[in-house]
Amino acid sequence: MTEHQEQRIVVVGASMGGLRAAEQLRAAGWDGAITVVGEEEHPPYNRPPLSKELLARPGSTEDALASVKLRQRSTMDTVDWRLGTRVVASDLTGHTVTLASGEQLSYDGLVVASGIRPRRLHVPGPTVGRHVVRTLEDTLGLHRQLRPGARVVVVGCGFIGCEVAATAHELGCEVHLVEGSRGPMHRVLGEEVSVIMRSWLIDRGIDIITGDSVEEYLTAEGIQDDGGPALAAGVRLANGTEIQGDVVVEAVGSVPNTEWLEGNGLDLADGVVVDGHLRVLGAAHAVAVGDIARYRDTWADGEMRRVEHWQGAIDMAKTAAKSLVAELTGIDPPAPYSAVPSFWSDQFGIRIQGIGAPHRATAITVLEGSLDAVEDGVVIRYERDGSTVGVVTIGLPAGRLVHFRSLLAQPASTPDRTAEAVGVSS
Amino acid sequence: MKVWVDRKLCENHGQCAISAPDTFQMDSEGILQYTEGFPADDLEYIEDAMDVCPVQAIFLKGDQ
Repeated sequence: MTEHQEQRIVVVGASMGGLRAAEQLRAAGWDGAITVVGEEEHPPYNRPPLSKELLARPGSTEDALASVKLRQRSTMDTVDWRLGTRVVASDLTGHTVTLASGEQLSYDGLVVASGIRPRRLHVPGPTVGRHVVRTLEDTLGLHRQLRPGARVVVVGCGFIGCEVAATAHELGCEVHLVEGSRGPMHRVLGEEVSVIMRSWLIDRGIDIITGDSVEEYLTAEGIQDDGGPALAAGVRLANGTEIQGDVVVEAVGSVPNTEWLEGNGLDLADGVVVDGHLRVLGAAHAVAVGDIARYRDTWADGEMRRVEHWQGAIDMAKTAAKSLVAELTGIDPPAPYSAVPSFWSDQFGIRIQGIGAPHRATAITVLEGSLDAVEDGVVIRYERDGSTVGVVTIGLPAGRLVHFRSLLAQPASTPDRTAEAVGVSS
Repeated sequence: MKVWVDRKLCENHGQCAISAPDTFQMDSEGILQYTEGFPADDLEYIEDAMDVCPVQAIFLKGDQ
């Protein structure tokens, strides 16, 4: 007796990447079951405001959630949402994932959209009172501490660290930003512009500590006496300097949530490796989207990388969903993923916006404005070997950047040799 | 159906102009200009534009 069982795609991760993937599965014609499993209790929500306007003015918890909740297509009514549920293991050969409760879900197709979590510093000192910004609760909790006059120590100066520093300053806090090994937004904007942005942030009132890293968290005095856990109350740097703080925020990068994929022979050194169609290398009928997907970026000369830009999750969802549905139903596969990476940040009322892979540049040219007055508007071309690899605008209406997209050198089409390059055998 | 952009939300990110350039354009000042009507075949691109709007300011209105 054989009973036809409905085919099912399981999406692991219910943030924006998981939502958009589910929507795109339906758009690609998938009419089987879709189950989306997400660790947070909330429906998918938008994270960029968490370190910016929502951190500044969250309102009530309900208001905050309402303001960031992502709009869902009507097709999402047909999805089985499993929120507040974590996937802890998987068997990619047997096509099952295991939930924290022990329940197993079998799948015909799998979307890996489990994203990232904040990296934590492993240094001595209290572990309580060290804030991160990743979830709605993180932002609400941090906001309550950002009272006027509070001394805030922000550790890490990527986009999130800089945004939190700027927001805290605008709320009247005294802000100390500990850079670590490289300057503000260095990884994305490069050395020259990072130096400019450091000066700019200092001019706006941020105390920036350059060239030193955190060696220990200081302990708040008196807190232990009431029986509660010791709270972090500032940092001690490697050179011995102590910076007292009422609030400590860690913004030192991210860790991909790949633990549940262990034991399947995948390369999980930095996220999940995917091919040009965003199919997980070494697993059948599985694709990955968003921050966790390590792919060959044709806009970065074929560099294998994870791109943690908001827009990437949406762009990838479209390609990945079509790839998966193509494998499962035999429709035509989509074109390989080739979206232009793009990103933005808001700090002190100034928009920083970019496209391409500016981190690969060996030289920059200012096309408009001046680096000495970025708030008046500047357009920066990032160059390598004579071609434009990225464009960044600062202090201009975001919409101006569209007009500079045509400057980007079109990537040479290269055969998909992902498996060779990363040494994965399947 | 017609496109409607909530100007109170719109921050002129310009992502819509990449997804659906026939409907959304950024003028030389970087400000969004758009047309409300669109051919039925363009719906997919309009929906993409709605998805990539960082502030979710784009809406479809009418005869649904």
